[in-house]
Formats: sequence, structure tokens, C-alpha cells
Amino acid sequence: MNRRLLRKLRNGAFLALSLLATLLGLACLAAILWTLLAHGLAGMSGQLFTQMTPPPGEKGGLLNALYGSAMMTLLGILIGSPIGVLAGTYLAEYGKNSRLSVVIRFINDVLLSAPSIIIGLFIYELVVVRMGHFSAIAGALALAVLAIPVTLRTTEDMLNLVPPGMKDSSAALGAYPWRTTLSVLYPAARSGIVTGLLLAIARISGETAPLLFTALNNQFWSTNLNAPIANLPVVIFLYALSPYKDWQDLAWAGALIITMTILLLSIAARVILAYLQTERGFK
Amino acid sequence: MDTFTPAGTILNGASVQDALMSARAVNVFYATKHAVKNVSLDIARHQVLALIGPSGCGKSSFLRCLNRMNDTIQGARVEGLITLDGQDIYEARQDVAQLRARVGIVFQKPTPFPQSIYANVAYGPRIHGLAKDRGSMDELVQTSLERAGLWEEVKDRLSQTGTSLSGGQQQRLCIARTIAVNPEVILMDEPTSALDPIASAKIEDLIDVLRTNYAIVIVTHNMQQAARVSQRTAYFHMGDLVEVGTTNMMFTNPQQKLTEDYISGRFG
Ligand SMILES: Nc1ncnc2c1ncn2[C@@H]1O[C@H](COP(=O)(O)OP(=O)(O)OP(=O)(O)O)[C@@H](O)[C@H]1O
Ligand SMILES: [Mg+2]
Repeated sequence: MNRRLLRKLRNGAFLALSLLATLLGLACLAAILWTLLAHGLAGMSGQLFTQMTPPPGEKGGLLNALYGSAMMTLLGILIGSPIGVLAGTYLAEYGKNSRLSVVIRFINDVLLSAPSIIIGLFIYELVVVRMGHFSAIAGALALAVLAIPVTLRTTEDMLNLVPPGMKDSSAALGAYPWRTTLSVLYPAARSGIVTGLLLAIARISGETAPLLFTALNNQFWSTNLNAPIANLPVVIFLYALSPYKDWQDLAWAGALIITMTILLLSIAARVILAYLQTERGFK
Repeated sequence: MDTFTPAGTILNGASVQDALMSARAVNVFYATKHAVKNVSLDIARHQVLALIGPSGCGKSSFLRCLNRMNDTIQGARVEGLITLDGQDIYEARQDVAQLRARVGIVFQKPTPFPQSIYANVAYGPRIHGLAKDRGSMDELVQTSLERAGLWEEVKDRLSQTGTSLSGGQQQRLCIARTIAVNPEVILMDEPTSALDPIASAKIEDLIDVLRTNYAIVIVTHNMQQAARVSQRTAYFHMGDLVEVGTTNMMFTNPQQKLTEDYISGRFG
């Protein structure tokens, strides 16, 4: 009787503690969102999407930064995700237990949790120093390096979710492994792999540190891959620290845009994943 | 008697006239585990051969040797001679994809590909280039589904995904998929153990019909099923082939005590 009471108490205490922790986390999140909305919405206007980042004291928008961010994110994904997807495929289907796979998996885990500023410095040394100047392509490369581990991991995990019988059935019909991979495994894991891509986009589109050392910034409209380019994270970083009210407002608006984009991408990723699990009937 | 091989004599009833496939002194190892021991067994044309025996006795392992599905298992090693129409299927110049087109396999758990019903059936023919144009592919898909006894149920929904079918329908889809590449032998590893009795009965009927065109080897734990669908039965025990003969003889008058115990145990 006493024991039972004790257990109940302990249960209750743990429940209360975890509820408290959850509430604390949610409260922080709500506070952040609230602040963002309060300041960001004030700065929202049509100008944001039609005008360039202004000099101090003038009104302006974020068009060049939005464009720069979109382009570098796109390029980063285009360069990084094929590498991630192919390497993930290798790990899941070809070299499952090979020594090489163990090494790749380890490095990937390190990469996954490496501070992004390190990646920025890496590309700085490798590309910026050699080219002699900051550039959009260097920024895209840094983002690509960040996208690789995310897509690699999700691809491997999702391919491992495909029932092994499916692979055997394809082999049993006389398909070579590459054929099985393309015609059966990728379609079976499609939603999962797409989810990985969305998560990777979400991850890289908000990164500041790697871009500070690579793409830097540009006050003006530029589409030149070989030159510094404006981008939201760095603009936010610089403008938020500035003493000018106009710049600070722009920084808030930019922050709101990025946050909303990432939020939407993450929700989309979750919805797709849920679809994958019900539709395909995987356990 | 030409039934002497270096690895030992062949059991009475293990060899048949004009065999389609022949296994001689086949051994299967997984790392150190000796799963199939010195098995010699023939597969006759237009017949169903049932492989029975307690769990873990090597039925699936032997079955998978017949179209080299063991090649995909890490650490698996196969010894001995297996021929298809007199050709050694393990020789170096044997194209494994080609072999699997001639010796198809249906697994225990139905695994339709995440594609339409049509694409599931067309998958094998596309790999092997069996249809010249859209029209002949349509025809091939239809005859395969007809032979698998599924056409009437799916002809209006060929573009739906294979997973939208019931378990029994999925298994017949997998059979249709196997038939579509026009094999000579169909291997089945407990094809009905995941199905309810009605769906199982349909598959059993189907097996009896398929026999006119294909040689069939079926692994089953269901004694009644073995008795119903097969003409020959082979009993495995701990990796050994203990006895093989006509199904009738095996179930009414087994020669070995092990066989008798197993069969009668199952009959209760
Ligand atoms: N991939 C594998 N790796 C290692 N050992 C295996 C593997 N597959 C089978 N074995 C072993 O080989 C032996 C024979 O297995 P097999 O699957 O052929 O038996 P089975 O007669 O089909 O059994 P069941 O009726 O349970 O399907 C078993 O002892 C099993 O543990
Ligand atoms: Mg088995």
C-alpha cells in the first residue's frame, strides 16, 4: 500500500516536472514568436520586396537580400543534396557494413553537429582565399556542405525503412541493383527523401555564420555568382546591430520572413512524413 | 544406375526422368552454420514439388539456391551442382538476371512495388525487354493477371497502386509479376502463410492450374496444403533431405520414422 503510494507520488512528480519543462520550452518559443511578430509586422510593407537594402537613414527593402538568399539556398541544395542522396544510398544499399561506411557515417555525424562557422571558415580557406574575394558561389558551396549531412542521413534512414522484401522481389525479377534502386527503392522512399530536402533547405536558409566568411554582403542588386551577394541572414545580422532605426526595422522584418519560411518548410516536411507513414503502410 | 555422385548416393525418388532442374550434393553455409547438407533433388516438369519440414531445417535456404537468391545474403556460401536444362547455373558465365527470369520466386510476404498494378506486372518484362510496344505490353500484363486469377478483380483499376489491394490479391499480383517474365520454374516460399483460408484456397487452386505451364516448388508448413497441391513431396530435417517421393506415398506410407513423426504430428 505504502509502496504503491510512493510510486504514484513519484509518477506524479515526474509528470509535473516534464510538463513544466515542456511549458518552459513552449513559453520561450511563444515569446520569441511574439517579439518577432510584434517588431517584424511593423516593418512589413510592399517595399520590402521591391527595393534594395538602403544606405543608413533612407527607406528601402530587402529585395537584393531575398534574391541572394534564394539563389544561394537553391544552389546549395542543388550541389549538396545529390551528394547527400547518393552517399546515403551507398550507405543503405551498397556498403551497408563495410569499413568505409562506418567511417562515412562517423564523419557525417560530426558534420551534422559541427558549428556552421567552422564550415564557413573551411570554405573561406578553400575558396575565398584562393579566389581572392568573397562570392555568391563560395556562399552556395558553404551551404552545400551544410546540406550534405542532413540529406545523407534522411536518405539512409528512409531507404532502411523500405521493406527488405521489396528489394529481394526486384532482384528476383532479374533487376540489377542500380535498377532496383532507381525503380523501386527511390519511389518507395520518395516522400522521406523529399522531407530530407525540405529539412536541409530549412537548415541552410537561416545560416549566418557560413555566409559571413563566404558571400559576405552587397549593398546593391547583384546576380553575379563571382561577386559578393546580399543575403537575409547577414543583412539581419548587420542591420540588427546598427544604431539606425530603419535598418533595425528591416532586420526584424527579415527575421520574420526567414522564420516563417522555415516554419512552413518544417510543417510541410512533417505533413509529408505523416503521409509517407500512413499511405505506404510502413511500420 | 547413374545416381552415384562423388558426394554420396542419391535418395530413392530424388531423381526423375527428364528433370528440368537438378541439384546434386548441394551444401549451404551461413558463415559457420551448415544449413543445407549434401542435398540431391530433381525438379520435374509440370509438377508441384512440396518442401516440408520443421522450422529451420533448411527449406528456404535450399529453395533460394535454385535461383541464386542466396547470392544477395552476406556470408552465404553454396556448394554443389545445380543445373537448369543441363546447364550449371552457378558457372561464372551465367547471367544471374537471366537465370532469375527463368526461375522466378514468390515470397511469404506479398511485396508489391510502390507503383500501379500495371507497372508492377510490367516491371519484369521491361527489364528483360519482353514487349516491343505498348500494345504487346498491355497484352502481356493482361495474360499475366489472367493466369494469376486476378484480372477480373483489377481490370478496372490497373492504375491504382499495388498496395491498395487486399493481402490475397497482393500475393496474386506478386505471382502475376513473376509469371510476366515467362519463367520455367516458379519457387514459392510459404506463399499463403500470411493469408486467410479463402485467399489461401484461391492461391492453391491457382498453383494447380499453373502446373500445366510451369514447374513449381513450394515450401509449406501446412501439411494439408502440401497434400492438396503437390505431386511430389520432400521432407527436410536439420539440413538433411530425409525422404522424398510421390506426395501420395509420403502421406500414406512414409518410409522414414522422422517423416512419419513429422507428418502424423501435424495431422494430430
Ligand atoms: N541469412 C542467414 N544468416 C545466417 N543463418 C541463416 C540465414 N538464413 C537462415 N539461416 C539459418 O539456416 C538454417 C536454415 O534456415 P532456413 O530459413 O532455410 O529454414 P526453413 O526451413 O526455411 O525454416 P522456416 O520453416 O522457419 O522458414 C536455420 O538454422 C537458420 O537459422
Ligand atoms: Mg523458410
